[in-house]
Amino acid sequence: MTPLLSVRDLCVGFGARPEDNQVLHSVSFDLEAGETLAIVGESGSGKSVTAMAVNRLVDFGGGAILGGSINFVEADGTVSNLAEAEEAALECIRGRQIGMIFQEPMTSLNPVLTIGTQIEEIFRIHHGMSRSQARAAACHALECVRIPDAERRLTYAPHQLSGGMLQRVMIAIALAANPRLLIADEPTTALDVTIQAQIVGLLTEMQRETGTGLIFITHDIGLVAGFANRVLVMREGVAVEQGALDAVLDNPQHAYTRHLLKAVPQFSDGKSVRSDMKRDQADLQDRALAVDGLTVRFPVRAGLLRHQTGNVHAVEGISFDLYRGETLGIMGESGSGKSTAARAILDLVKPTRGEIHTARTVRDGATRPVQAVFQNPNASLNPRLTVVQLLAEPLIAMGHKIDRKAHHRMGSLLDRVGLPSNSLQRYPHEFSGGQRQRLCIARSLMLSPSILVLDEAVSSLDVSVQAHVLDLLVDLQREFGLAYLFVTHDMAVVEKIAHRIAVIYAGTIVEIGRAADVLATPKHSYTRQLISAVPSIHRRQCEFPVDTRDVPSLVRPLGWEPQLAPWVSSGDDHRFRAEVSGDVS
Amino acid sequence: MHYPLKRLLVFPLVMFGVSVFVFIAIRMVPGDAITAMLGTESGLLTPAQREALRAYFGLDQNWIIQFWHWLTGVVQGDLGLSTTFGKPVLRVILTHFPLTLELAILSMLIALGIGLPAGIFAAMRKDSAADLAVRVIVMIGQSTPNFVVGLLLIFVLSVGFGILPQMGTFVPFSEDPLRNLGQMILPALTLGTAFAAAVIRISRSAMLDILCEDYIRTARSKGIPRRRVIWCHALPNALIPVVTLSGVEFGYLLGGAVLVEQIFALPGLGRVVLDAILQRDYALVQGSVLFIAFNFMVINLLVDLAYAALDPRIRLDSN
Repeated sequence: MTPLLSVRDLCVGFGARPEDNQVLHSVSFDLEAGETLAIVGESGSGKSVTAMAVNRLVDFGGGAILGGSINFVEADGTVSNLAEAEEAALECIRGRQIGMIFQEPMTSLNPVLTIGTQIEEIFRIHHGMSRSQARAAACHALECVRIPDAERRLTYAPHQLSGGMLQRVMIAIALAANPRLLIADEPTTALDVTIQAQIVGLLTEMQRETGTGLIFITHDIGLVAGFANRVLVMREGVAVEQGALDAVLDNPQHAYTRHLLKAVPQFSDGKSVRSDMKRDQADLQDRALAVDGLTVRFPVRAGLLRHQTGNVHAVEGISFDLYRGETLGIMGESGSGKSTAARAILDLVKPTRGEIHTARTVRDGATRPVQAVFQNPNASLNPRLTVVQLLAEPLIAMGHKIDRKAHHRMGSLLDRVGLPSNSLQRYPHEFSGGQRQRLCIARSLMLSPSILVLDEAVSSLDVSVQAHVLDLLVDLQREFGLAYLFVTHDMAVVEKIAHRIAVIYAGTIVEIGRAADVLATPKHSYTRQLISAVPSIHRRQCEFPVDTRDVPSLVRPLGWEPQLAPWVSSGDDHRFRAEVSGDVS
Repeated sequence: MHYPLKRLLVFPLVMFGVSVFVFIAIRMVPGDAITAMLGTESGLLTPAQREALRAYFGLDQNWIIQFWHWLTGVVQGDLGLSTTFGKPVLRVILTHFPLTLELAILSMLIALGIGLPAGIFAAMRKDSAADLAVRVIVMIGQSTPNFVVGLLLIFVLSVGFGILPQMGTFVPFSEDPLRNLGQMILPALTLGTAFAAAVIRISRSAMLDILCEDYIRTARSKGIPRRRVIWCHALPNALIPVVTLSGVEFGYLLGGAVLVEQIFALPGLGRVVLDAILQRDYALVQGSVLFIAFNFMVINLLVDLAYAALDPRIRLDSN
């Protein structure tokens, strides 16, 4: 039997002379109907180009197919070579027979058209339905992807829905015309881990029902372990290895696959936490940071005179302390208030209430005890400043002179974070993503702080780079006795670096304790939900439950004071908030 | 929808600010109204006569009292008396405004009618010969001054081919629409083509940006025909900067196009304001600037409403 899709020796190039700028070299793979193929690779590996070559969207991005064939079995049984198809023929295949889901649901839907218009046009174009028929079909499509209140949501514009909801809308769009092949290009990368689990659950469920072939592109080899049948590993435009899921994961043949499997931070339910910190031996003088009852609220204004009608309760009564040489991992999903808490500690937003004490240990001229490293190194480094100027900024801000000693410190810090000593006169764009983040780390250490706030500091890096930066952070912590406040949504990363973990949900800490305790024996239902959603190469063919509950709104009327649930102690240094049955917070 | 109402409430505040500003600004200009009015004959005035004239026009009082008199008049709909026309300022403005409005509307129709299709066409065929040709025309259009285009048009069409009627005395639209349009078409073309160049440039670049957006890729992945992708998915997004530009341009046009009015001998608002400034006709300058400011505010309000209609992300009520 001929496979649904058979790609042979596919070569793709970009630009005015595509032969000279070839990014895909002889990629071949097959996909049967109802089967899931995972294409795995790091950024720049050509995995997205491969996907977009299949439905020839690559043409619109300045790409050209240089050779090879893409044989696709159409609904009527004829086999067409999409590599040579005309644009008119492709318009009939795209959407109708090949659906596609993209990485960023927020930007992948047209902001000026309603959700309804964007789904209905598929039914009207591909099935010739009337306006009312299309509306009914669109409503049904939204119900299929479990969007509550579908009728009303059809009239919404994309910005009125959350990222997870929008990705469900994208799935509804991609599956609207019952395609025989679905291409999902990093569909969950921009989403939270619990939403990711739901989207994957939804995709696999829809696939079972419709028998669609699925190409799932991802950088996260652990994620596809849960549901893929076959895996294709790509590197620099070459398919280095492919085979059945278990064969590739358990018995990788190619060195790069082995490297990738090793580099991916594996979440192991708290078995591989750090053991280099004995908190009970530390005395109170080693305390670097104490936060007590931190509360941040943002006013909500309305009406003609812009009077305050309520508050966004972003952070509510957070308390914790942090010792020298210790890492506190702050876990939570987008909108949980974890970044707002970090910003309050950095003095970037004004707390409504609560106290933040930092120990002012003056070591070789330290004047600012808290420094920060942010998520996106590209955006955190001014592209017009050289490395010297970037590293001098914190000193200038503190009124220090840029003298020989300062230059000496720059040199030694660059050396320490693993950047070549000739970097000083270079600009940020001359460095790779990982190097730029090292640069940010060096900059944050210029004033010899005692505390570093790392806000998703490794989230935008490729897995192998991520592992190296985490190692560097651990080394620096040991060397300088730094205290880390590590804000992240990634369980595997937090397991690698944290001594203690605080889980934030809807603005409050719901569970806090030693990393091993929190990850191995989570007590709060939200922590359990987070942990069960983490993909891992050890979790094969698992079920991801589809849950349509919304995160509770944090907007409250004026004068509203939350009733925080009481703490329940669960052994030494491990507490969680008591729960009323059926209510997550 | 409270938004337009809220904006209308702000109107009087802005108008007050504008009137203070223009009241002071016109009095900062050297020279006085009496001398400007009478020209060389002003030397023949005795000091007593001069004082009497100043008193007649209320120029002998101090600025604050003058301003107060003028302002109380404005609130009651009386913009004062024009010294040059010897008529109420409001009537002078309303006599000349219809021509200016007609000219502005015609020029906008021409500019958008040529500019939008050409901009979209060029964006769809980026880097082709047609795109290059459009870009060259845009560059010529934007760098050629209005009066050159106007004079060329007159020369080529009227004198060279005799196609279009000579200007002669201006006939209002209400008296003889055909003759009126014949007189207006050349000045409208002059203003319209210049602005069309700007519209082409901005709609082309907006369209090029939009065509690279993720949601256009999504639309293509859905198998939507090329034409629909352009008109239904890309165009509404690309229109937003065009609306901004058009609003500003339309506002300027309603203030009168002095050069073009001069060339084509049209009695529009632009020439009235110019004469008023030269003659130190304080009341007329103040009145027309206030009138122009009012037009601008109405247009800005319409532009904001158009944004909201084009883009659901813009929620006027919360801003």
